[in-house]
Amino acid sequence: MIEIQNLTKRFGPVAAVSDLSLTIRPGEVLGFLGPNGAGKSTTMKMATGYLAPDQGTVRICGHDIVSDTIAAQQRLGYLPEGAPAYGEMTPREFLHFIAGVRNLKGAAARTATERAIAGAELKAVLDQPIETLSKGFRRRVGLAQAILHDPEVLVLDEPTDGLDPNQKHAVRGLIRGMAKDKTIVISTHLLEEVEAICTRAVIIDQGRIVADATPAELAARSANGRLDEVFRQLTTRDTAMTGAAA
Amino acid sequence: MSLLWPVFKREFKSYFATPLAFVFIVIFLFAMGAFTFYLGHFYDNGVADLSVFFGYHPWLYLFLVPALAMRLWAEERRSGTMELLLTLPIPLWATVLGKFLAAWAFAGLALILTFPIWITVNYLGSPDNGVILASYIGSFLMAGAYLSIGACVSSATSNQVIAFIISVVACFLFTISGAPLVLDAFRSWAPLPLVEAVSSFSFLMHFSAITSGVIDLRDVIFFFSLIGLFLYANMLIVDLRKSG
Repeated sequence: MIEIQNLTKRFGPVAAVSDLSLTIRPGEVLGFLGPNGAGKSTTMKMATGYLAPDQGTVRICGHDIVSDTIAAQQRLGYLPEGAPAYGEMTPREFLHFIAGVRNLKGAAARTATERAIAGAELKAVLDQPIETLSKGFRRRVGLAQAILHDPEVLVLDEPTDGLDPNQKHAVRGLIRGMAKDKTIVISTHLLEEVEAICTRAVIIDQGRIVADATPAELAARSANGRLDEVFRQLTTRDTAMTGAAA
Repeated sequence: MSLLWPVFKREFKSYFATPLAFVFIVIFLFAMGAFTFYLGHFYDNGVADLSVFFGYHPWLYLFLVPALAMRLWAEERRSGTMELLLTLPIPLWATVLGKFLAAWAFAGLALILTFPIWITVNYLGSPDNGVILASYIGSFLMAGAYLSIGACVSSATSNQVIAFIISVVACFLFTISGAPLVLDAFRSWAPLPLVEAVSSFSFLMHFSAITSGVIDLRDVIFFFSLIGLFLYANMLIVDLRKSG
């Protein structure tokens, strides 16, 4: 469960996220959509405790991310934008480090690591330094790191970016498989991905929610029944206005 | 406390993942040897002690320790792993301390590898090994103090070169704060107690007190409180930058 209330973040005069409220329940896979710079990543950074909000609160399974950070982060798996990882480590060492930090020991650590490796299909590259891996494999290392401790809440920033169609299919299968009892948020630019795995789609533009519905409902709003049409309608109008104002 | 260990281990190992560890240790040992034997005229002095050797430590640390510390936080910021590190459920103090201790342990390792010079001096004569042990401890404490300054500066930037240069300057000021160069700048306007306070921050003064063979609790407390102060500042900087 993620409860976001009146979340606001400004960078100088620009409001990256303004007064955003959103509750995501277990069993939901929420697709977080929006043009570049709409505030998707900033919202995720605040929800996971990397950035402090200017206003508003985020609670992860009831734990406030600002005042009860560690408890909230223990329940959270997070794939940051660009899937950062320590390049000099191999996936095996890296996941071992994550298991240690997640307080998993002995058999529990082994089981969790093996499950994450299988889930993200990393077996082939386990002992190569992460910096030598392809973009797709790096993304999967980040994904394995996020799901290692079987968290209640998953926040994935562009989990399929840089993957080939087969890998995308596999990662979507993985997310769908975990969806039953978890709260999952994914940000993406791929509208077909939202239709494929999300139970709910939220479109944000200039830090505000402009649409919140199931992918099918959203698609039905356009004349041709396509999600990308709705996306364009909802997010270009504001851009046009900004252009006129400037 | 248990989360400090994985942070420490990862950081310590990362020194050895690149040629950094090797290059650092080789240059450290080579410079120590060169300073002691050529600049310090170790043989000509005809005295079996290591005061010449330890006398060069502050000056060598001045450049080498910031090189060791500059990557601690700046690299995490640059490569984006900072976001990963700060969203893992590790208390911030454990991250800060774990990283610092890893760098300190590495510096300690380099220091231990200077043992051949201790063997040499024992072969040549009969030095006071108590003084030498005290000096090693003092040198290690001083390296920790330099490192805490470097770690703190590194946490404020994503540029390792900037981190290095600012650390060197900050370390230099702490090294010579008892020297006329610094004190004269204060003497003209500051009240005497402040001038004395500034001069008491001198690493050279505290270090040479220890290398004379007496480990005075006040000198030990000085180095530890300085480390504590800069690591606390390090924590504040990391926390502050969360607010964007």
